Parts: sequence; structure tokens; C-alpha cells
Amino acid sequence: MSPASDQRRTGWKARAFDWVDRRFKINALVEYMGGKVVPQHGHSAFYYLGGITLFLFIVQVVTGILLLMYYRPGSESAYESVRFIITEVEFGWLIRAVHSWSANLMVLFAVLHMFTVFFTSAYRKPRELTWLSGIGLLGLTMAFGFSGYLLPWNELAFFATRVGTGMAGAIPIIGDDLMIIMRGGEEVTGATIGRFFGLHAAILPAVFTVVLAAHLIFIQRQGMSEPLGWEGRAPSEKKYMKFFPNFLYRDLLFWLIALNVIALLAVIFPDGVGVIHWPLGTKADPFAPPPPVIRPEWYFMFAFQALKLLPAHVWFIEGELFGIILFGVGGLVWTLVPFLNRQSVEGRGSKLFYGFGLLVVAFVLVMTIWGYLVE
Amino acid sequence: MKARLITTLLILSLSPVVLLGADDNCVICHQSFEDETGPSHMIERDIHIQRGLGCVDCHGGDASLEDMDEVREVADYRGVPDYLELPGFCARCHSDAAYMRNHNPSLPTDQLDKYRTSVHGQKLFGERDRKVANCISCHTVHEIGDGRLPHSSTHPLNVPATCGKCHSDDEYMAEYGIPTDQLSDFTASVHGHALLEQKDLGAPACNDCHSNHGAAPPGLTSLSAVCGTCHAFQMELFAASPHDAAFRENDFPMCETCHSNHRIEPPDDKMVGTEEPAVCLECHDADDGTRAFVVADSVSSTIGRLVTSRAQAEAVLSEATARGMQTTDEEFMLKDIDQILIQTRTLVHAFGIEDIVPKAAEGIAKADSVKAGAEELIDEYYFRRKGLAWATLFITVLAVALYLKIRRSG
Amino acid sequence: MADSDSSRRRFLNIILGGGLLATLASILFPVYRYITPPASGEANLSQMRLPFKRTDIEADPKKAKTFKFGRILGIILVTETGELKALAATCTHLDCTVQHRPDLGIVWCSCHNGRYDLDGHNISGPPPRPLEKFVVNEVGEDIFVSREDA
Repeated sequence: MSPASDQRRTGWKARAFDWVDRRFKINALVEYMGGKVVPQHGHSAFYYLGGITLFLFIVQVVTGILLLMYYRPGSESAYESVRFIITEVEFGWLIRAVHSWSANLMVLFAVLHMFTVFFTSAYRKPRELTWLSGIGLLGLTMAFGFSGYLLPWNELAFFATRVGTGMAGAIPIIGDDLMIIMRGGEEVTGATIGRFFGLHAAILPAVFTVVLAAHLIFIQRQGMSEPLGWEGRAPSEKKYMKFFPNFLYRDLLFWLIALNVIALLAVIFPDGVGVIHWPLGTKADPFAPPPPVIRPEWYFMFAFQALKLLPAHVWFIEGELFGIILFGVGGLVWTLVPFLNRQSVEGRGSKLFYGFGLLVVAFVLVMTIWGYLVE
Repeated sequence: MKARLITTLLILSLSPVVLLGADDNCVICHQSFEDETGPSHMIERDIHIQRGLGCVDCHGGDASLEDMDEVREVADYRGVPDYLELPGFCARCHSDAAYMRNHNPSLPTDQLDKYRTSVHGQKLFGERDRKVANCISCHTVHEIGDGRLPHSSTHPLNVPATCGKCHSDDEYMAEYGIPTDQLSDFTASVHGHALLEQKDLGAPACNDCHSNHGAAPPGLTSLSAVCGTCHAFQMELFAASPHDAAFRENDFPMCETCHSNHRIEPPDDKMVGTEEPAVCLECHDADDGTRAFVVADSVSSTIGRLVTSRAQAEAVLSEATARGMQTTDEEFMLKDIDQILIQTRTLVHAFGIEDIVPKAAEGIAKADSVKAGAEELIDEYYFRRKGLAWATLFITVLAVALYLKIRRSG
Repeated sequence: MADSDSSRRRFLNIILGGGLLATLASILFPVYRYITPPASGEANLSQMRLPFKRTDIEADPKKAKTFKFGRILGIILVTETGELKALAATCTHLDCTVQHRPDLGIVWCSCHNGRYDLDGHNISGPPPRPLEKFVVNEVGEDIFVSREDA
């Protein structure tokens, strides 16, 4: 069924194709896309992770637009509108539950995707920009998560946001201004909802779409990264699968499975499960005492816990500042890894960077689990 | 003499005698030999002093004089009044409407008149009893406070303790032949909890039922009016009920007969009925020639049905909540039922079935709709899972078909 | 062989198409129901249209009706001069539901004889605070009740 061959194009499909081709001259493009191949090897399964993340993003956009129809930002309407959605609007509970689950799964898969790319050194030249745009997408995803979490304006979200924005205030020099800009004032109030909503529903989607488009164009242009071990192999020793339709069908199959998993989770655990929990609960009351346990979302937990463990002073530097510097430097190294890992450019694995990656994974895992155990 | 002058000047510089003016020798002199429990120190907290009056306004004399003998010579010097003369001593101003108008126009001036009608007043004036309460027993002397302020001995929160100073002292009260358990009973009662623990100033203190200056136990039939100042609806219902005439004929104290006077406990549904521990049984039995047993049984079972209904509704609702459904609307309705339950229980005081049965029926109808609402929510819960099962089936069929297609295309 | 193969392919395509349609339906049906507005209209807490008319209030023996206003109970009454007034209906003493006493010209709490004037001010008895007063607007036959802006 490859459209590249004239002979096999028959019937209505051919007529449709001709109609479009005569107007937009897409034949060359279609032939090019038809030639796209995906390397097949032991770690090929990792190739699906990015696609699943993309699928989850699409689910977020769709459910987000649906929620937009009933959600009202503002300290006197946000909570009430979310309560309205999950109690009065038919299937509102489902849309909200899907949105919440898909959000968490998207972060999970983005992180898995990032780590598999890291450990296969797929970021190496010529794919540096793909890596950079990917890091950008991860940051945007976490910003989506952080801004969206506040929107129901419930007790859970209010205190988590207060703590989170308070931490931003600890950043040297820009911290105070940054916190005030984030909060829309000195405290977390209805003004904060306003800006977080603008961020979540307008600014971030726009920026994300642009960066995502770049990320996808890079991948389409360069094709999938091959494993390091394939460096110097003869073409006959390398196996490929056609993207259209073979890889695409498999991609779609995984998307279908992901859809089903989300449906199951949304119906059976509409408010989350275990420590990953987001019941609507009570409305935010800035004057109420904070609950005994305030948690950030799980993907921020490692940073939260690490900062809690830092002593008041490390050497002569204030503890919190030291933590921020540490994370800043670590984040910078991680982002610039394509440029720092000289060995990968030459097609060789680097024990140093593998080690660094393992260290990061271990750190994040340990800190996350610890964070939940302690509370 | 000079040494004394210097000493008093020094003390003057330390004591806040400003209120009284530096030339009030009463205070200056008395402070020189009294400790903190002496009147000249206590009066800082006294409302009279705070309003600009001085020692001489009550005791007479001349504040400019330094010599006590000279003070006693002054014509209107009254000194320390005798215990039995004290009410008159205070009333010199407090019953003078024209005088009080200049100092505190909103304060009543009938305290002495009321006091004369009280048990305390009758014993003090009639029997020259020096043990009963007079003005200073409750208001203190020299540090009389505004009863609206929390530190005053006559603030509602402090009134039970003030009355209890004498009335719960067994030894002191021994010769009067009245019980001394009022304070402990009151403290354990609903009113005591409300006033003393929850600081609800809407709850009665001793004076709200007994009057403060006219303190006396309320009469047998006036008890209903006293309780009815707050429990007005119960009073209305009782007055229209068959018990009103019956209680008057038999000289039974209203309200108190079933509810006690001081140790009023939260009423229980078991108080009404034909089985122990119902209070109806104190007077009635099945063959006493009245409809009492029939009515009591009917009332008791009506209330019981409503309570059961509500409990059942709540049980189904918690099933819905346990399944994670949002039950706030139904919980709201449950509060409505609680209100109806209060009204139903109040209607017991009509001692009839005409009003209570329809009221309870209203509550039962509401409980039924809560139950129905909760059941709908539980149905919705199962509907969601059924829907999920179907959706999962379709997606699985599609996934399997896609998988087979993948296998075919290699 | 080719025939059974192509018939199998057709069968597979039918299952594929059918499965796709069913899956799409199970996604689009909830979405369609979701975007259809529910009976309650909107989540708004600060204003609501009462589900009854002035004539219903006037016909009531106590010349008042209660209504659910967001999470709280409200009471709307008609005064002697025909004015509509709306107040929060939960007594500020111990949370009983108040009622209108047109014979006394007050709002009354039967639990402990607490009394409020028709503007909600606590005038007698235990209630420590006034009842919240709402703004009433009549538009044609409809009555709208909203919170006073702080």
C-alpha cells in the first residue's frame, strides 16, 4: 500500500491523492516520507516512548479544551466550577479524570523518553538541537503541570503552590521579583489563578506547539537515531522497518493501549491512587492552617526532598542557595550533554556520561521515594 | 512628720494616683499603710473611680483633709456602713434616677426595689440576717466592674461562680435547708456546658432565670415563662397542651418536672414513650383513664421512624461516598432532615399527634429522596464501570485487529 | 489460497473498521454528552435565579420560602409593603434554620427564640451576629438573588 508506486494506486484513494497533488505538488514529499525507515534492534521499543508522549499531549489538548468550556478562573469561581464539572456535567468526572491521569502519564513518559535517549546517546551530533528542544519540552511540560495543579483552587493545590512559588523566591538575585511575578502579588491569591490560567491555557500551549513542531521536524528530517553499536557497520548488517505503514501501525497500537489504560485509570481511580492523589477536597482558604502534610506533585518531589535535606549552611553558602546552584549546574550539564560528550560524537559510549546518567536516575528515584516515606 | 511626708511623696511618685488627683488625701494616706489588697489599691479597677468619682462620693468626708479625726468631724461623713445598711448605702445614688442620669443614663435604678422582693432582701431587712448576700457579696467592694467586661464578677461567665461562693458551700448554707448542688448541677448541664465551656453568651447564667437583684426561685407555674424566654416555642406548645391544666391543678412545676431545673441534660428520645426510662411513666400508666399511653406510644414511634429513616438514608449515602461519588447535594438535604428532627422533637411538647405526625412525615419524605439520590449515585457508579467495560472491549477488538494487520504486513 | 487470503484480509479490514468506529463512538458519545449543558446551568455561586415566583412566596402561609444558594440555605420573604427580602437562613447562634414571622414582622429562630429584623440584624436573644443579607432583583416574573459585593 505504499503510495510511492504509481501502479498500486487505484480507486478513490488515487483520485483523492491526485486532487491534492495537482494543487499542492505533494508527490515529492510523499515519496520522501515513504522512504522513512526506523532502525530495528534490541532497543527499538524505546522509539515508541516519544510517540506515546505526543499522544498524551494530544489527549491533554482535547480534554483541556473540553474543560475550558466549563472552568472559570477566579478565587470565587474556580473551585465551584470544577465541582460543577465533576458533579453536574455529564461525563465531566471522566474528562477531568482523564486530564489528570494523562498529565501525570505524560510527564512520566517524557522522562522515560528522555532517559532512553540519554542512555543510547541518541542526542549526539547531528541531533543536538533535537535534544535541546526536548529538554525545553520537558520544562514546558513541568510548567504545564505546575500551573494546572493550582487551577481547581483547592486546599491541596493552594498549599503546594505556596510552597513551590516560595522556593522560587529562594533563587538569588531574581528570586523575589520572580516570586511576585509568579504569584501576581506577595501571596497566592485569585490573582495567581489568573496568571497560571493564562499560562496553562494560552501561553504554554502556544510555545509548546512551536517547540514541538521544531522537535518533530528535526526528527522527520534526520530520521531515527541509530544505536552506537551500528557505527561502522555495513548496510546489509543493519535492519530497518518502514515507517509507513509498519512502524506507524505499531505506534498506533501503543497509542490505543495507552488510551485504554487511561480509560481504566480514569474510571477506577478518578481521584488518583496511593500517594498520587488529587481529590477535589475542600476549597482553598488562605487563612486556614496548612494541612500536616503538604506535597508537591511527584515529579517535583525529588527536588523538594533534596532541598529539605540540605543543611542550613554548606560551607559559607546558605543551604537553599547551595541546593539551587547544585540543581542549576546539574541541569546545565544535562542540557549541554550533546556538546560535552565528545566520545559520543565519535560514535563511542562514554562510561563517564553513563555513570553520570545513572547517578541522576538514582538520585531522582531515591529522593522521590524518600520524600514520600518521610511524610 | 517630715519623714512621713517624704515617704508618702515617694510612694506617690510610684503609684498611679493620677486618676484621683494629687490632692486626694484619702488615697495618699491609705496607700501609705495598705498593701495591694487594701481598698486604696483595688479602686484602680473600680468603675466608680474610672468614671471620676472618689472615696468621698461613697464614704463622705473631705478629701483635702489629712487628719482622720478631722475627716470624721465632717457633717456628711458616712464611714464604713454596717452590713445591714449597705443596700441603702449604695442605693443613695443607684436609686436616684436624676443622679444616675448624670453619670450613666442607661443603667436601671430599680435594684433596691427588686432586692427587697428577693429572698436575700427579705432575710436581710426582715430577719436582719447577716449571712445573706447584699450588694458587695456579688459586686465586690472597691473593685466593682462593668458586668459586660470579662473580669467582672457579674459578667455572665463569672455569675455561676459568684452565686456559688455561698450557694455551694455546705457549711455556710446548712441552716437554710436548701440544697447546695445547684452549681455542680448547672455546670454539668446543657446550659452550663454552653456558657462555661463554649462561652456562648446566649446561654443562661443564674440571673437569667432567677433575676439578679430580685433573686428568688421562680414559682411553680411561672417556670414555663422563665424557660420560655428562650424556649418560646416549647412554652407555646405546652400552654396549648392538656398538660398545662393538669400541671396547674396538681401544682407540678412545669418544665422542671421532666427536665429538672439545674441539671438539665440534653433530652433523649427515650424520655417519651411507654417503656422505661420514659418520664411519662412517672404519672401515667396504661389504665389511668387518659389518652396518655396511646399518645406517648404514637409520638415515640413517630420519632423513632424518622430517626431510623434518617439513619438508613445516611447509610446508603455513605456507600455512595465510599465509592468515590460526589454526595454534597444529598448531604445538604440531610441537614434539612436534622432541622425537621429538631422541629419534630419540639412538637413533643404539644402532647398530641396532630402536628407531630405530618412533620415527621415531611422528614421521612426527605430521607427517602436522600436515599433515592444516593441510590442513583451508586447506579451511576456501576454505569461507569459498565461503560468502561464496553469501551475497553471495543478498543481491545481494534487493538487486536491492528495487531493482526501488523503481523500481516510484516 | 489467494482468495481465502484476500477474504481474510477483507474480514480483518471489516473488524478493523468496525473496531475503529466503536472506539470512536465510545470516545465521541461522552464528549457529546459533556458539551451538552446540564440542567443546572452554571456553577455560579454569587447569583442564582429562584425556582419559584413572587406569587408562590405570597401564597405561602408564612409569606416566605427557603432556597439552596450554593452551599448555604437562604430564605426569601415578602414584607407587608410587598418588598422582597432575602437572607441567609442559618441562625448565627447554633445553626438552626430561621423562619419568617409575618405576625411579628421579624425573622425568628424557634430553637432559642432568637430574633432578627427583616434586614437580618440580630435584635434579641442569643444570636451573636446578623444574618447575611442578599440582593434581590426582579426581572419580569423571575427573581434573582445575589450576594452583596463586599
